[in-house]
Amino acid sequence: MYAVEMVNIVKRFPGVLANDHVTVRVKKGEIHAIVGENGAGKSTLMNQLYGLYHPDEGEIFINGEKVVIRGPKDAIKLGIGMVHQHFMLVDTLTVAENVVLGSEPVKGLNFDMKKARQEVKELSEKYGLFVDVDAKIEDIPVGMQQRVEIIKTLYRGANIIILDEPTAVLTPQEVEELFEIMRKLKNDGKTILFISHKLHEVMEISNRITVMRLGKVTGELETSKTNPKEIARHMVGRDVVLRVSKEPHEPKDVIFEIKDLVVKDNRGLTAVNDVSFNVRKGEIVGIAGVAGNGQTELVEAITGLRKIESGHIYFEGKEVAGFTPRQLRELGMSHIPEDRLKHGLIEEFEAYYNIILGQHYRNPFANGAFLNHNNIFKYSEDLMEEFDVRPRKIDHLGGNFSGGNQQKLVVGREIRTNPKFLVVAQPTRGLDVGAIEFIHKQILKMRSLDVGILLISMELEEIFSLSDRILVMYEGEIMGEVKPEETTIEEVGLMMTGHRIEEARRG
Amino acid sequence: MRVLEAIFLVFINPLFYKITLTAATPLIFASLGGVYSEITGVVNIALEGIMLLGAFTSVVFTWLTGNVWIGVFMAVVSGVALAWFHAWGSIKWAGNQVVLGTALILIAQGITGFLMEPIFGKPGQTDFVGKVEELRIPGLADIPFLGKIIGETSPFVYMAFAAVAFSWWLIYKTKLGLRMRSVGENPEAADTLGINVYGIRYFGVLMSGVWAGLAGAYLSVGEVGHFRELMSGGRGFIALAAMILGNYNPVGAMLASLLFGASSAFANQMQSSSLIHVSATVKPLFDMIPFILTIIVVAGFVGKSHVPKADGVPYEKEA
Ligand SMILES: Nc1ncnc2c1ncn2[C@@H]1O[C@H](COP(=O)(O)OP(=O)(O)OP(=O)(O)O)[C@@H](O)[C@H]1O
Ligand SMILES: [Mg+2]
Repeated sequence: MYAVEMVNIVKRFPGVLANDHVTVRVKKGEIHAIVGENGAGKSTLMNQLYGLYHPDEGEIFINGEKVVIRGPKDAIKLGIGMVHQHFMLVDTLTVAENVVLGSEPVKGLNFDMKKARQEVKELSEKYGLFVDVDAKIEDIPVGMQQRVEIIKTLYRGANIIILDEPTAVLTPQEVEELFEIMRKLKNDGKTILFISHKLHEVMEISNRITVMRLGKVTGELETSKTNPKEIARHMVGRDVVLRVSKEPHEPKDVIFEIKDLVVKDNRGLTAVNDVSFNVRKGEIVGIAGVAGNGQTELVEAITGLRKIESGHIYFEGKEVAGFTPRQLRELGMSHIPEDRLKHGLIEEFEAYYNIILGQHYRNPFANGAFLNHNNIFKYSEDLMEEFDVRPRKIDHLGGNFSGGNQQKLVVGREIRTNPKFLVVAQPTRGLDVGAIEFIHKQILKMRSLDVGILLISMELEEIFSLSDRILVMYEGEIMGEVKPEETTIEEVGLMMTGHRIEEARRG
Repeated sequence: MRVLEAIFLVFINPLFYKITLTAATPLIFASLGGVYSEITGVVNIALEGIMLLGAFTSVVFTWLTGNVWIGVFMAVVSGVALAWFHAWGSIKWAGNQVVLGTALILIAQGITGFLMEPIFGKPGQTDFVGKVEELRIPGLADIPFLGKIIGETSPFVYMAFAAVAFSWWLIYKTKLGLRMRSVGENPEAADTLGINVYGIRYFGVLMSGVWAGLAGAYLSVGEVGHFRELMSGGRGFIALAAMILGNYNPVGAMLASLLFGASSAFANQMQSSSLIHVSATVKPLFDMIPFILTIIVVAGFVGKSHVPKADGVPYEKEA
């Protein structure tokens, strides 16, 4: 018995064939993973199941019955719920209000807040989805926002739940919690569609896997009968190196240094506390840590986006604390920000404007006050070719690229400025295995060209495979410095939870 | 010294407070209109034009029927009609809301100016056509001081406060209000929950027509009983400032309107004070007080109030 059958679905966008006769069959009560490269058409397919897009061709069956889903309202009625890749929450409303929005309980003419809170609490307890019902969305961490999204679907009685890349923004602990919740939902008879780029996650949680590539289905696999290498091959169409190998490379002089840096967060609390370290040319320094331990503020301070309370920042020996982002860029600093939508690109701008942001005011892209569009177009075409941004359309709007391709645009833009020092935050968040391999190679190439690189990542795998030195951050402080070849994931894990290196070594 | 004494005398005179309320009344109505429209995400600077048209329509129908309340009702109808154009252009066709609003102001000014001759036979100002009588509330009117302020005044003043209470309830206590706020903040999220984003926005904009229409009716048949060209005199913009200062909240907008009302009442009373002499050359400066206050408020508070995130951004659905 299939809960969901999408048969021969075709979906075109101007100039893009996003889904090309895609057929997916999902059994009732299973966790069905959908994997595929960035831009393969996964989100597009799911959006059609949820009624946000409408298929150009093809049929959809829910529990064996043919349906036409005109909008989210129809989908909700059919028991379908979706947690979107980019959350759909109203920041200024409370958790309870967000959950019930659109199907609010009422008492007479009034909205029944009490009942809303009550129902949210009940759902939250039933499935172990801990949330603070009265907090505003803007004040709660991403992990909780995601739980709110899941509660939203349950509140509407969803039996088929779509999770579009739910783990991309979560810490490893939060991923474990999410899996726990997913198992509970499954035991409760719910059907789950799960999208992820992390093959080990797919291996751990799913029953079956549909692999997509360039808008087509390239494989349907039983999880118990496959392995990550095989999945990756279906995804990319070739063998993928899941972990790039790093050539030894002798670092040169110090290019960047911070001393006793103190930075506050938005609430005025100390987020970075007395941090000192340096980065040499041709060296990758990795900063590991659970999200929310001051990494964001540290990066913002270094790149001139946040003012520092005290301490020093040196670039090639020169004090640069208080410099604006443009001044820092002109010195040769580049920044790949952790949140591509907030700081990385402008959704309403065409790809070519996004590609030259930050260099838009100077040669060869501008002569005085005027933009030189010929040069901009040429440069954009080259860059999109080199970084394999899909679709290869320079006038595609930033917001219309798939998540992973947005990331490639940003990475490409920053790397192509030929920086001397590169700050890279979560460079592969939401990227497919092929793209990760590619970006890791790019970062290593920068290293071999003697660029100093500061890498901030929540992915320990990434930190270990790229870094020459690893600093572990916890509650705004550096717990210690280790070399990847002289430490273990366990040791770094201990430091990430607040043990200084000496304690961690003692075990 | 004489100036301080004059100021003191203004503040202990109940008339100052009564004028504050009557000056605030059109601002309260119009700023409510702004709140309804903008919390659903549609910038509505057309308020100024809607007020002007409302003032005109109510005079026309009062003159035709001899009944001021029919005039008031028709002001609301004309307000909704003009607001509908704004809704249609900015919601259905995703037009630029500031451009549309400006166009509607110019249209309202054009229509009312043009129709003066054919209807009333002369440009500039109409004759007296009738006026909503002040309402005397027996017990209340006899209380010393307070009675002089609210015991006997225009029914519009009471209606304005009732409208604030109603709007606060609607926006913060009902499911419609919750949906209005969600649509102005994140229309995409509302859409994924099956909420009709366009419908809610239409409601917000049309309601702004109701309130701004009432504001206009007050200016003409509510206060003076005639229509004068361009008589809205920038109040639609001051109302927008009140809305911002009031943080897009009906009660806040009311308090801000009262502040603006007080500033014009103050200017008015100082000019008629016998202690100081306000020459004709200085008078325009006094009349500027509310506008100067507006600039200070907008410059000082815009950053601090929470603007609905999708305010002014048309919502366009995907294929
Ligand atoms: N609204 C849109 N307008 C035009 N093109 C679009 C739109 N949405 C998606 N596309 C294109 O359709 C293709 C499929 O995109 P989709 O978002 O479904 O990919 P995905 O598999 O979810 O990728 P990712 O893993 O990066 O999220 C991409 O080439 C994308 O650029
Ligand atoms: Mg996607």
